[in-house]
Amino acid sequence: MTLTRRTFPGFAALFSLPLAWVLLLMVVPYAIMISVGFWTRQFPLFYPDFQFGNYAQILADPQYTTVILRTLKIAACVTVCALLLGYPLAYFLVFTVRSQKLRNLLYMSVIVPLWVSYLLRAYTWKIILGTDGALNSLLVSTGIVSAPLDIFLYNQTAMVVTLVYIFVPFMVMPLFTVLDNIPRRLIEASEDLGVGPFMTFWKVIFPLSLGGVVAGATMTFCLSFGDFVAPVLVGGPDGIMVANLLQTQFGAALNWPLGSALATLVLALVLILLQLSSRLDRAGRVDLA
Amino acid sequence: MTSSPIVALDGVQKRYGAFVALHETDLAIAEGEFVTLLGPSGCGKTTTLRLVGGFEQASAGRIAIAGEDVTERPPYRRPVNTVFQDYALFPHMSVAENIGYGLTVRSGRIGRAERDRRVADALSMVGLDGMAERRPGALSGGQRQRVAMARAIVRRPRVLLLDEPLSALDVKLREGMQVELKRLHRELGITFLMVTHDQTEALALSDRIVVMNQGRIAQIGSPTDLYDRPASPYVADFIGAANLLEAQALGGGAFRLAGGQTMVSRRADAAAGRKVSLGVRPERLLATAAAGENTLACTVTERLFHGDRLRLELTLDGAAQPLFAEMARTAAVESFAPGSRVTIQVDPADVMVFETGDGR
Repeated sequence: MTLTRRTFPGFAALFSLPLAWVLLLMVVPYAIMISVGFWTRQFPLFYPDFQFGNYAQILADPQYTTVILRTLKIAACVTVCALLLGYPLAYFLVFTVRSQKLRNLLYMSVIVPLWVSYLLRAYTWKIILGTDGALNSLLVSTGIVSAPLDIFLYNQTAMVVTLVYIFVPFMVMPLFTVLDNIPRRLIEASEDLGVGPFMTFWKVIFPLSLGGVVAGATMTFCLSFGDFVAPVLVGGPDGIMVANLLQTQFGAALNWPLGSALATLVLALVLILLQLSSRLDRAGRVDLA
Repeated sequence: MTSSPIVALDGVQKRYGAFVALHETDLAIAEGEFVTLLGPSGCGKTTTLRLVGGFEQASAGRIAIAGEDVTERPPYRRPVNTVFQDYALFPHMSVAENIGYGLTVRSGRIGRAERDRRVADALSMVGLDGMAERRPGALSGGQRQRVAMARAIVRRPRVLLLDEPLSALDVKLREGMQVELKRLHRELGITFLMVTHDQTEALALSDRIVVMNQGRIAQIGSPTDLYDRPASPYVADFIGAANLLEAQALGGGAFRLAGGQTMVSRRADAAAGRKVSLGVRPERLLATAAAGENTLACTVTERLFHGDRLRLELTLDGAAQPLFAEMARTAAVESFAPGSRVTIQVDPADVMVFETGDGR
């Protein structure tokens, strides 16, 4: 389509707002963040500069690398658990539930928790896992343990459980969509060719759903990677994640240059991940028509 | 039929809630036959095919294939393979992988060398040598059709099911594939059961045609049987085309049409006074100059050019119902224009008689 002079004012009017939005609220802030990462701090002030001291400090100090590695580990655990829970759920919704009405209802019930405040949902697990929480009450009342246990809360397992609960809809949504888009004829064709349901799943359904797996895993991973609420609520002392560290640099520690460098590093990690996932997605993409 | 049938439907019925897709149906297909289920959409032909394939469970009745009761068996335990309407090729596999797919699993497992050989055989049988590594997405419609055929025959099924196999192809390609299908049937020697709504296709390919209407079999017969001796006005109109004229029997093979003219049939008679439908095929109506036996006076209302023939819409004197005639392009016929007066003649042997209330 070529832009004619006659349509140009209309075109400009239509796209100036989103363009301004992207420029002002995305490009400019990122530019500021990246450049501040090269500044120097002389407490309590920051001076414009161009040096890699902040990055050197992050990579040299084991405190930072430990937290980054831990964050990667937790995000990976959350992704795997969400996939193991979300895939069977999406499969059940698409292939087992026959009634369209019931399927939509169940699908909505997976999505509806997203309408509830994220904070509230994270807090719920504090109540469930706590010393006088629901889980302990159940164990005590059934006589499995004699006194409430404090092993459930304030550890990395609690964080994984909480984050999986919060982010599982982001896994189920793309999986539901790809599974729902697989033509039923292909499954019939597989069975027609003498292949039973189990092998039909591994040879036809699963390969054709890989796009959804990649999309869901990417979203879940990125969301849990940047989470800072679960560590505070249920994580305990060794549950600190990268986002908490960032928060500290911009708050209590008052070291914006270091915080910016750290944020740039996190951004780079996420971008690499997105790049990988889009490669994977393209490799697995097939024409369903 | 001398031997036992390869496919036998015995009182098979399919209901979806209150809706009956297929009424109690009996059907026997002999080994090696090419049988076509023919009818308009919603007549139950696809349901019948899917019942044989195992994709639908019969609500009542039994289905036997090669002498074994398969009524309760899933598709992967039936000795049949299907060519699906939209081909249903696996998009994530190459052509060779698609064709070899049914040979990799337990029920069809054979050695790798044997598998490669059979895939190559199937590929060359459908004329796709050299396409083995392509993805289905990179093939044309006709090529996909051939892959679907190859995939279905590579397991050497007892019965090959074809669900509107040619409907997605354009006209030229479809005619070529009809010849291919006929050749494959002859070379493979297995039973073909095909579903189609295209009567030309059914007439050209089948040994026997099962005409279906509203979940029931209307008539079973060879193409010539159905064309020459349709059992009902429905079949007469669906196989080929037919002008159906309301008339009253006068006895002695004569009938009075609406408008008062009479027509004679040498095929059948009806008791005097009975209401009947007379069926005459458009290509059996001839223009004549002289008045004689079975001549009807009418007016041309429309003339359509069909290449080698002309299609005329006629109105019988005194009757409202239009009549269609297809005539070769003679000078006399070419001179007809809307408004021309024409006398047409029908051989009494070509007038079909249906008792009204029959079949429709």
